[in-house]
Amino acid sequence: MADNKYNLIAYYPGCALEGTGSAYNTSTKAVGKALGLGLEEVKNWNCCGAMEVKNIDPKIQTYLSSRVMSIAANEMGHDVVMAPCNGCYHNLKKAEYDLTHDEGSKEVTERLSSKAGHATYQAGQVETIHALDWIKKSIGEDGIKSRVKNSLSGLKVANYYGCMYTRPRHIFPEKDKGPGTESTSAPHFMDDILDAAGADNVDFALKTACCGGAHTLSDSDTSTKLVLNILQAAEESGADVIATECPTCHTGLEMHQIRAEKRFGVKTNVKILYFTQLLGIALGLNPRKVGVHENVSKPMGMLRERRIV
Amino acid sequence: MPIHEKSLIRPENLSTHDNLTIDGVDVSGDWSTFIKARVVQDYNEDLQDEIAALPGGENIHRCWQCGSCTNACTVNALNPDFNPRLWIYLIRMGFEAELVRDKDIIWQCVSCNKCTSACPRDVVPEGVMKATAHWLELKGYTPKTPSTEFDEIFSNQVIHTGKIEDGAVLLGFFRRTGQSPFQDWVIQMGKQLAMGLPIRMLMRMGLATLFHPRTRGWDRARAAIEEYVEEQEAAHRKALGLGGSSHDPHAPRQAQPIPQAAE
Ligand code: SF4
Ligand code: SF4
Repeated sequence: MADNKYNLIAYYPGCALEGTGSAYNTSTKAVGKALGLGLEEVKNWNCCGAMEVKNIDPKIQTYLSSRVMSIAANEMGHDVVMAPCNGCYHNLKKAEYDLTHDEGSKEVTERLSSKAGHATYQAGQVETIHALDWIKKSIGEDGIKSRVKNSLSGLKVANYYGCMYTRPRHIFPEKDKGPGTESTSAPHFMDDILDAAGADNVDFALKTACCGGAHTLSDSDTSTKLVLNILQAAEESGADVIATECPTCHTGLEMHQIRAEKRFGVKTNVKILYFTQLLGIALGLNPRKVGVHENVSKPMGMLRERRIV
Repeated sequence: MPIHEKSLIRPENLSTHDNLTIDGVDVSGDWSTFIKARVVQDYNEDLQDEIAALPGGENIHRCWQCGSCTNACTVNALNPDFNPRLWIYLIRMGFEAELVRDKDIIWQCVSCNKCTSACPRDVVPEGVMKATAHWLELKGYTPKTPSTEFDEIFSNQVIHTGKIEDGAVLLGFFRRTGQSPFQDWVIQMGKQLAMGLPIRMLMRMGLATLFHPRTRGWDRARAAIEEYVEEQEAAHRKALGLGGSSHDPHAPRQAQPIPQAAE
């Protein structure tokens, strides 16, 4: 179901992809280039509010996210914005929902936008998509299959989607619409993409479990326990690697894998890679090109063992 | 189990006598268990309205106590005392004292929104948890929790510069909560990270802590947001019947120790 509407779109990396999640940024761009997909970075973007600003006031978060969409639509003329980070993606979707359904959010956004001196974002101006939608909708599984140079065959993958990609489901009106659409209870876009790249996806029960990312520092023990559940469930299902699609989840899994060992004495060996890194490798890109050397879980040895690289 | 029994019969409200004979019948031990009479007079009739006045709490009145939120809850699976359905009940009944018993765990909600997706009544229990945690702080029942400290450091940086630089947030958080940034797992993570990184990348990371990323021309947005935040803070205090302006944001605060696992 390739749709060329998605061949040149606005790209909103967000703060995490310029910091701890830089390998996700590198690999997303490298995959786009390899597939001939154009990404135009949103000019002079700001933080979407992440998980924190809403706890001060959700309407500020709506404003922050709306500014990003306003620039993409009104200053760059785009009607699709792609955000690879679950947090950014979620917040842009939430802002879209609130600006459609809540007068109060609309008023505050109008007020802050006019004081800040830019056009107010109007609901419906852009479609916000995740990096998973981007690959699915522009290239699709068939497109991937025809471009795979280095099949991931033999690599056992647990696909981990986390919270913000599917919850709360009311902010994702396009999901759960039957065949071809994403499911909020059993998401499968990443499974589909990596399956097309040759990977052996394992049956993984904790696809949408929470990694405790919101309290990764403020309540670290809770986060460590939640991450440990995920890592152990992945190992029990036979996975070599957990594929991620969110910088917060990814860093959380890496960090609490170490913390679980230091604090609770529980060691897990499953590797953690962004789905864009795996896809890039399958498309024949050099692992360095997709930032694998930045991964804390050091997956190169395992990838060599499985004859992937 | 009906809700009230669960919350009202606590171990300290039970009494048994080791040696007791009534009318010639020996009722020692379990046979003489009594539940102490309990009279609730300390209702806060405004409690639901107070929570509803804070961001996230708006829909609390819609709850019909089905329990789907607690059933779906991530934190409840780790700690059965973490019970959003029960807290919503206590708030709606005005049982302030009962609610405050759980003041040290309510903030632990990880915002996974499993409850919000499960709730058949659009209560947004996740929002109610945040509003309740905020309420406990505003009322002075708890010092600022580590979660609020983190939210504030983070949000202040976004409001000031438009962007986030994770290194600065991390250091700011450790400083404000009195923790050492040199904890064993942080060091280990740094080591494993540095192993695969070329020198150029390390230099770039070093530079990022000196030159913070920022959105150009952000001053007007910043002023507009700050003005709005001040208005909202005043409105929240008013709704809770608290006088005066909000506390001095720069005043030193007593940081709560972070719960740590046994070594
Ligand atoms: S799921 Fe919703 S309606 Fe049911 S108890 Fe929880 S908040 Fe109330
Ligand atoms: S958002 Fe909070 S209250 Fe709701 S399910 Fe997750 S941890 Fe529980």
